[in-house]
Amino acid sequence: MRALTWHGKHDVRIETVDDPEILNPRDAIIKISSTAICGSDLHLYDGYIPTMQAGDILGHEFMGEVVEVGAGSTLRKGQRVVVPFTIACGNCYHCGKQQYSACDNGNPADNQDIAQTLYGHPMSGLFGYSHMTGGYAGGQAEFVRVPFSDVGPIVVPEGVEDDRVLFLSDILPTGWQAAEYAQIEPGDTVAVWGCGPVGLFSVQSAFLMGAERVIAIDHFPHRLELAKRFGAETINFEESQTYEALMEMTGGIGPDACIDAVGLEAHGFFVDNIIDQIKASTFLGTDRTHSIRQAIIACRKGGRVSMPAVYGGFVDKFPLGAFMEKGLTLRTGQTHVQRYLPALLNAIMEGKIDTTFLISHRLPLEQAPEGYRMFHDKQDEVTKVVLKPGLDRIAA
Amino acid sequence: MVEPHDDAPPTTSKRSGKRSGAGEQAAAELVEHKGDTLIGRSVTINRARDELYAVWRDFGNLPRFLDNVERVDVIDDRRSHWVVKAPGGKTVEWDAVITQEQPGEMIAWASTEGAEVPNSGRIDFRDVGGRGTVVSATIVYDPPAGFIGKVIAKMFQREPAIQARRDLRRFKQLMETGEIATAARTREMLGKEKD
Repeated sequence: MRALTWHGKHDVRIETVDDPEILNPRDAIIKISSTAICGSDLHLYDGYIPTMQAGDILGHEFMGEVVEVGAGSTLRKGQRVVVPFTIACGNCYHCGKQQYSACDNGNPADNQDIAQTLYGHPMSGLFGYSHMTGGYAGGQAEFVRVPFSDVGPIVVPEGVEDDRVLFLSDILPTGWQAAEYAQIEPGDTVAVWGCGPVGLFSVQSAFLMGAERVIAIDHFPHRLELAKRFGAETINFEESQTYEALMEMTGGIGPDACIDAVGLEAHGFFVDNIIDQIKASTFLGTDRTHSIRQAIIACRKGGRVSMPAVYGGFVDKFPLGAFMEKGLTLRTGQTHVQRYLPALLNAIMEGKIDTTFLISHRLPLEQAPEGYRMFHDKQDEVTKVVLKPGLDRIAA
Repeated sequence: MVEPHDDAPPTTSKRSGKRSGAGEQAAAELVEHKGDTLIGRSVTINRARDELYAVWRDFGNLPRFLDNVERVDVIDDRRSHWVVKAPGGKTVEWDAVITQEQPGEMIAWASTEGAEVPNSGRIDFRDVGGRGTVVSATIVYDPPAGFIGKVIAKMFQREPAIQARRDLRRFKQLMETGEIATAARTREMLGKEKD
């Protein structure tokens, strides 16, 4: 099959590799129809994520048709499914509590050591995202092997286009969980830092959960425009002072809940020894710390902070005093994707949530390296690149 | 003499890996102790104690999740013959005998005289309310030098406690999910992983 493989910094290639096979009873093989490039894939592209190996197949947002099943799979050939980026067994203590991204068994035994050492406990496996999260081949390919296919994938009804449901794989449930963790009460004002895909889905989700006002913060005009389309008020932090603006817009109270969706492009796990390198070369480390710090300072007394943004190592100058004195609540974590799929699929079918607005570019899989380049170089206009293995070549 | 210490398991003692103080006590709890290197690991498995015990007690099952054990031949109810992978496609072998067992609770073993790698240990199974069973492995062995030392290095991937932890994770995966997680994409890749 053809697949997008990683070879190093800014070096991804389309290559011919062996087709995946059924290896365990609960496996299924999916023929990919659509797969997206996630913001977090850019960190692999930029070479910041450790434990990558040359030839690794990327991609953790994908869907397609079931073409082969193991004896223990509950899927049937021909079904169309969306696959969660988290690989969870459904049997362990954490899966029993619907904490799927904390699954004990989704990560192969030998690959659990790194996270055990770094975080104290290993987390679930992830598709196409380094060997620390399992070393699983991703879905930016013609086919993918999906373990525990009786637990993860959700079957999509006939006749629903890929573009409407593809983002169930990661960013829609991630934005939804972020809003859920903000414990929104009717009448609340919610502030969202970052209007990337997860931030924008958090905006939509916050309104659905009863927020009266949502204030979206970013510096890309196009992204702020998208947030406005869903009813959010906006702050462009290059034009206005964020803390002062939030205080004035809320009569000095501050937002009842704050969502930090800035670091979200990194699902990844930065080992502390490369943090300095990241900070030095991109200033991202500083920016990321800045958004959570600002969220804590701006949040009203006794309010809630939700952090879908991913932090992997250590941060400097965390405002622990403000956090304690104001009595804030912080909730965070990788997304328990499987928990939200049925409800979110319903919301899409009923027209309550639209995800198609996000897609700015559709390319054939063969042009994936071009997609990475575009996404990397033009963040404002390229909001989401979807790769389709069957698509005809498109002139750049 | 047993020195005063806390309630933490002796295998977590800050004293050196060699048996001393707390380690001495842990080793004394073993039915036999063949060697002076002590390791201990526990894992919680979301299954019933009796079920886990039964699978472990049937030694023929062990190579499925003990990564470097190629084969265990059951000789009789108490004795078994172990074949363990070594570098260069070689193997190292020894006989082991069950020295004590309590069905559903504990199995203890020791290698017999003349084993190339003297070793002994015990596996304990203990209920934890609502979360299944805690399975604890305690192993004492005598790390030899030379070629066999290399075998041991391979067998335990240098750090015996890490290998024990990995093997227990595999046992947990098998018992909880019915399979052992792998990131391999093809049968060929899976075969290479197991070498």
